[in-house]
Amino acid sequence: MTTRLFGEGIARREDPRLLRGEGRYLDDLGSDALEVAFVRSPHAHARITDIDVADALDVDGLVALYVHEDLPARLREPLPLLIPHPALTQPRTACCLADAVVRHVGEPVAMVVATDRYVAEDAAERIDVTYEPLEPVVGLDAAARGAARVHDDVPGNVAAALVQEVGDVDAALAQAPHTLDLALEIERSASTPLEARGVYARWDADDGTLRVYSSTQTPTSVRFAVAAKLGLPAEKVECVAPDVGGGFGVKIMHPWAEEILVPWAARLLGRPVKWTEDRVEHFVAATHERAQTHDITVGFDDDGRILGLDVRFRHDNGAYVPYGLIVPIITATQLPGPYKLGAYRVAFESLYSTTCPVTPYRGAGRPQACFAMERTVDAIAARLERDRAAVRAANLIAPDEMPYDIGLVFQDGRPAIYDSGDFPATLAKVRELIGWDDFPRLKAEAAAEGRRLGIGLACYVEGTGVGPYEGGHVHVETSGRVNVYTGLSSQGQGHATVFAQIVATELGVPLDDVHVTTGDTRRFPYAVGTFASRAAVMSGSAIALAARKVRAKALRIAAEALEANPDDLEISEGIVRVKGSPGDAIPLKAVAVLSNPLRYAFDESARAATQFALPASEDRPPIADDDEPGLEGRDYYSPLRSTFANGMHAAVVETDPDTAEVRILRYAVVHDCGPLINPRIVEGQIHGGVAQGIAGALYERMAYDEAGQLTNASFMDFLMPYATEIPAIAIDHLETPSPLNPLGIKGAGEAGVIPVSAALAAAIEDAEGIPIHRMPLSPDELHALRARAGGEAS
Amino acid sequence: MTADDLHEFTLVVNGRPRELRVPARRLLSDALRHDLGLTGTHVGCEHGVCGCCTVLLDGEPVRSCLAFAVSVAGHEVTTVEGLAGPDGTLHPVQQAFAECHGLQCGFCTPGFVMAVCGLLADQPEPTEEQALEGISGNLCRCTGYQNILRAVHRAAELLAEQGDRP
Repeated sequence: MTTRLFGEGIARREDPRLLRGEGRYLDDLGSDALEVAFVRSPHAHARITDIDVADALDVDGLVALYVHEDLPARLREPLPLLIPHPALTQPRTACCLADAVVRHVGEPVAMVVATDRYVAEDAAERIDVTYEPLEPVVGLDAAARGAARVHDDVPGNVAAALVQEVGDVDAALAQAPHTLDLALEIERSASTPLEARGVYARWDADDGTLRVYSSTQTPTSVRFAVAAKLGLPAEKVECVAPDVGGGFGVKIMHPWAEEILVPWAARLLGRPVKWTEDRVEHFVAATHERAQTHDITVGFDDDGRILGLDVRFRHDNGAYVPYGLIVPIITATQLPGPYKLGAYRVAFESLYSTTCPVTPYRGAGRPQACFAMERTVDAIAARLERDRAAVRAANLIAPDEMPYDIGLVFQDGRPAIYDSGDFPATLAKVRELIGWDDFPRLKAEAAAEGRRLGIGLACYVEGTGVGPYEGGHVHVETSGRVNVYTGLSSQGQGHATVFAQIVATELGVPLDDVHVTTGDTRRFPYAVGTFASRAAVMSGSAIALAARKVRAKALRIAAEALEANPDDLEISEGIVRVKGSPGDAIPLKAVAVLSNPLRYAFDESARAATQFALPASEDRPPIADDDEPGLEGRDYYSPLRSTFANGMHAAVVETDPDTAEVRILRYAVVHDCGPLINPRIVEGQIHGGVAQGIAGALYERMAYDEAGQLTNASFMDFLMPYATEIPAIAIDHLETPSPLNPLGIKGAGEAGVIPVSAALAAAIEDAEGIPIHRMPLSPDELHALRARAGGEAS
Repeated sequence: MTADDLHEFTLVVNGRPRELRVPARRLLSDALRHDLGLTGTHVGCEHGVCGCCTVLLDGEPVRSCLAFAVSVAGHEVTTVEGLAGPDGTLHPVQQAFAECHGLQCGFCTPGFVMAVCGLLADQPEPTEEQALEGISGNLCRCTGYQNILRAVHRAAELLAEQGDRP
């Protein structure tokens, strides 16, 4: 193929528009819309005894206000449980507006619609809600104690409990020459995209249709959810994800209460209505992730080979569990990483607390899993006084053992079988990239100057490209323009570029002719969404298959026109040619004309396809029984199971002996997501992931106090890193193709974030000689650990 | 409760005088976005920390979410829409971001672009440290800042090649 754009690090096609300020994010739309503000609970747990709206009614510009009792029956019912699971025996979801009891700060209680946001907030401020405070349940300990209940009818606050076991763990531990126990914890954090959530809806009374714009990772599913809640035929509802200012997981959650209420109000009022979430709302009323505590027992031999691993963990799912058990299931099934564990048992409890609900945030349970596994391997190495890389090497699955079945049921309900990867090669690369073997010299030299250096390493395997499916549609217009549609939406991943690269390569057309539209149900109604590092694998594969269909059709039509055998044709730069006979050629746009037999010559190019222009065949209709008009094709990609990417990170840190500040001196990433469609975009994804990982390891957390108040709900206090906190990141790739999809690719979106807390904890532990069992780690906390270690030593 | 009193005044936005009639509490960011339709200036936190709303006020980068529109009456404001040529040709700073993959979702990008314009006006050849310092008032959640930092140096090169000032 002459047009080989797959694999090229070309500049992104979406950038000029975004750089000129011509992006269209949610709040850039609907300049004529009414605007919404919500009254949200200031309490973590309380009963609503009265709502007095009298004062609000005096506000000029108020259009409408609603509380739970004002809503129609369907909107008073709890929001859907998106992913049911047999182990989720006590599922509870929120109502659109609180029904008598609020269970976290930020839960919506009343909705105000007004002429603009300023006025809406004026009115919201004047709504007087009387609360009778109930006992808050904050943190996993309080949740597990169960003294107070988040939901009256859920004893012990236990939403779900699940055990998976491979082999006989009790026997393996009993027979192991060595065992050790660890307690490991990761705190709460959140996706925190710079554009918060937002919904804008227009009701068209003339044709009875509703158009919903949402800053979402799944417009197709929002459409169905809105249609169901509003009692509309899906055919009458359209959903569009406009430019989305980052998602990182939080925007896969749907339907938000606001996503239902805004379209409902737009239809009821017959006017466009918009809600743009502000930053404080996003902190308290969107969703969080990560909070888990893990108790581990591991048995191993003299070489550090793991013989049995027993993991019990608790997952804080917050006040409601709309996204099911996906996060703890991912922790449970991704914990083994690249290792052969002998026997493995993992048991978790998912617990309610009176805090913001939990749904996936980039990595989705994997950073916790990786932290648990990698800290365990480091502890084994420490116990045996062996090199940490050597202990890892002793446990790695070998390349010739692929595909490797880890014996667990993954988050898609299908077996977790590693399809590809060369873990020893990855380990060799990361050792080289970070300078593992030379580090003892560096550390000794620094120590001689009174400086404390440490090195750490962490490995992960990431199930990516989960099903059930995605689709793609490729359409060649008679102008030569190639339209590409897929249903999932984009939040900065560069889909308009990489999907165009795939189509340009498969179809043999210039990149500039290819135009990609994502996340618009008017263009492509069937999709799942953008999450789980799946967009390139799923939509990329579907689009490649669709492009191959179009190519086959183009060759068939061109072969007829050129009186050649389709096998003798090639397509390059948008021209179909007979191989070795460049004079015999027809442009693809002319093939598009011929693909659509016409009666009317509506433009110059159409003349060639009209009924007296084409050679007529007496024994064949203009469109064959198994054919369709138009040079277009649609296909779907539905994999048997997920494909597994992998990688390893390593870090060198320096800890300040006085201030306990941690500085990252070197950071190295080796990553295997199969063949790279666009290396520049993959590296950008890794950079961003690592930055979020560093944020979660050293800076960010959701600091709830005992009363359930989020005490750092602003960018002043949440400590999202600036450029000054993120070091240079060295990257190397390994490209072992996946056998599961037509492009051999594996997902790349989340990988960067997964092993960072584990790698940095290991490096800090190495620098300080103090075990690190809990992340994030602030200078304050490191100082306290030093004091405690000093106290124990003296 | 009645509507706020409205104030009438002129802002010079991207070189053009623009008439505004807004309440005293109208933020500059909202006035630009919703009254003048210049939605390239974004709002990420409404409390002056993220820098998405950065514009140039009389040539200096400021947070438009921390200023009332009425408080800058008569002053000159440059937004991201004021940088590219009339035919859409990217400004060297914008060009540098495109070349270096300095953006992903693009939401923080206009703020970074304006901040870098301000930085390079003061320091046409920034050192690594000056470049880092110059972008360290803006948050980006996508890029890990690696390529934004490269874009600062590339923008300096492009401006020098063109003998241009940001």
